[in-house]
Amino acid sequence: MTIEIDNLRIAFGDKEVVKGVSFNVAKGASFGIVGESGSGKSTVLRAMAGLNNEWSGRIAFSGEDAPLFRPPAFFRKVQMVFQDPYGSLHPRQTIDRILSELPLVHGMDNIDDRIAKVLAAVALPQTARFRYPHQLSGGQRQRVAIARALIAEPEVLLLDEPTSALDVSVQAEILNLLADLRAERNLTYVMVSHNLSVIAHLCTEVGVMIDGHMVEQVTAEDLRLGNVSHAHTRELRSLSVELEEPA
Amino acid sequence: MLVEIKNLHIGFESRTGFAPAVKGVSLTLGTEKLGIVGESGSGKSLTARALMKLLPKQTRIEADKLEFDGIDILSASEKQMRTIRGKRAGFILQDPKYSLNPVKTIGSQVAESWRAHKGGSKRAALEAAINLLEMVKIRDPRKVASAYPHEVSGGMGQRVMIAMMLAPDPELLIADEPTSALDATVQAEILRLIEELVSERGMGLLLISHDLPLVSHFCDRVAVMYSGRVMEELKASELLSAQHPYTRGLLNCMPSLIHPKERLPVLTRDPEWLK
Repeated sequence: MTIEIDNLRIAFGDKEVVKGVSFNVAKGASFGIVGESGSGKSTVLRAMAGLNNEWSGRIAFSGEDAPLFRPPAFFRKVQMVFQDPYGSLHPRQTIDRILSELPLVHGMDNIDDRIAKVLAAVALPQTARFRYPHQLSGGQRQRVAIARALIAEPEVLLLDEPTSALDVSVQAEILNLLADLRAERNLTYVMVSHNLSVIAHLCTEVGVMIDGHMVEQVTAEDLRLGNVSHAHTRELRSLSVELEEPA
Repeated sequence: MLVEIKNLHIGFESRTGFAPAVKGVSLTLGTEKLGIVGESGSGKSLTARALMKLLPKQTRIEADKLEFDGIDILSASEKQMRTIRGKRAGFILQDPKYSLNPVKTIGSQVAESWRAHKGGSKRAALEAAINLLEMVKIRDPRKVASAYPHEVSGGMGQRVMIAMMLAPDPELLIADEPTSALDATVQAEILRLIEELVSERGMGLLLISHDLPLVSHFCDRVAVMYSGRVMEELKASELLSAQHPYTRGLLNCMPSLIHPKERLPVLTRDPEWLK
């Protein structure tokens, strides 16, 4: 599924927080958005997912303009994974119940099979199925959150800081999982993160946001080599490099 | 030695039995910057909290030695502890959002911590508070002093927390993940500020973090913790070339901007490490 975003503007009341953002993502590609807190990166992602109806501009999936209010079928194609695996799973529902919500709503068949398959796809043991979220570790919970998105058999995954609440050891496992899933299922990713190395690892193209503007779009390769033009990109890059390579 | 910890054990009594969390940690700290790194659940925060006796009742603490500047923490009374906490050892926590009182102005909170330790009139304390805010490089200290915590950014809030800690001129600063909730640019500023203050005032710093590169940048020495134990202790400058397989594993599984990896290596945990 190709994604086109054109002159997207989002305001909360009088305050405009996204001021004309445009970017395109090819089918099967992955696009990263970096920026500091308050730069509007998550707001862009939420508008794309249909979680915010106060936007103007154009959001199109596969060349089709997305309406302000999305039809149910949209959510089978586009799914989102949130930052905090502790906060995004219902504490009183078993994993089985959490995963069967979407298939039930969409009237899908063979729910039992689908859950078993999706658990295997994110490398969770089948025994995790009848556990509660608090009985799983942070990394396992994030796997459940990814499984919940995958059960819709989507073509696009929107990832909002999927690893920032996790230890680096667990982050590596989740990033590998996301890379494998994309290759297997030809998924298109849009990922938001404040961590440049994480974005550069998973995404081929990166957009840098500051204060509601997307000030630069570069390939991950150029970002690595330092072929960047905007001062903010350079600042973020040098902070990241400085930590990696002590003087 | 400012801090001496020898063979520290911390565990929790619960309905279902005893759960050990820290299993024999030994550390020393002088007027230097010591970092403790490790994954979540490795016991790094518990170790620091035990030093300030800030653990819940059901905690069992045992140690051959747990001393702050020669004072035995294990046998210290609550009264004695209160002369240490805040006054001689400051504690900076992760998220200023939860550590500041939301219904009091920033100035009055900093002034309160000043008065608690130094006494004096309210007005003098407020002036001192404004001075402290200036010291942590807040540009318009008067304006910030009259603001409420929700009106300032996360980085600013963390500066306010640091200002409060500086009021009584502590000898030791314990910073528990002081910048994990902050953006990369702000993170660098806050750490630079802490570093400056620590070296200017000749304080000891105990920096707890899960971020290895960060710690190797800002500390003199680093202790790497795993599963309640210190795996190794080494010079911060040598952290990135550490030899222990756990430290190596943690370093390897981080994605890198300059040295791209096709696939991230995953940490394999060896039960041998815990022997």
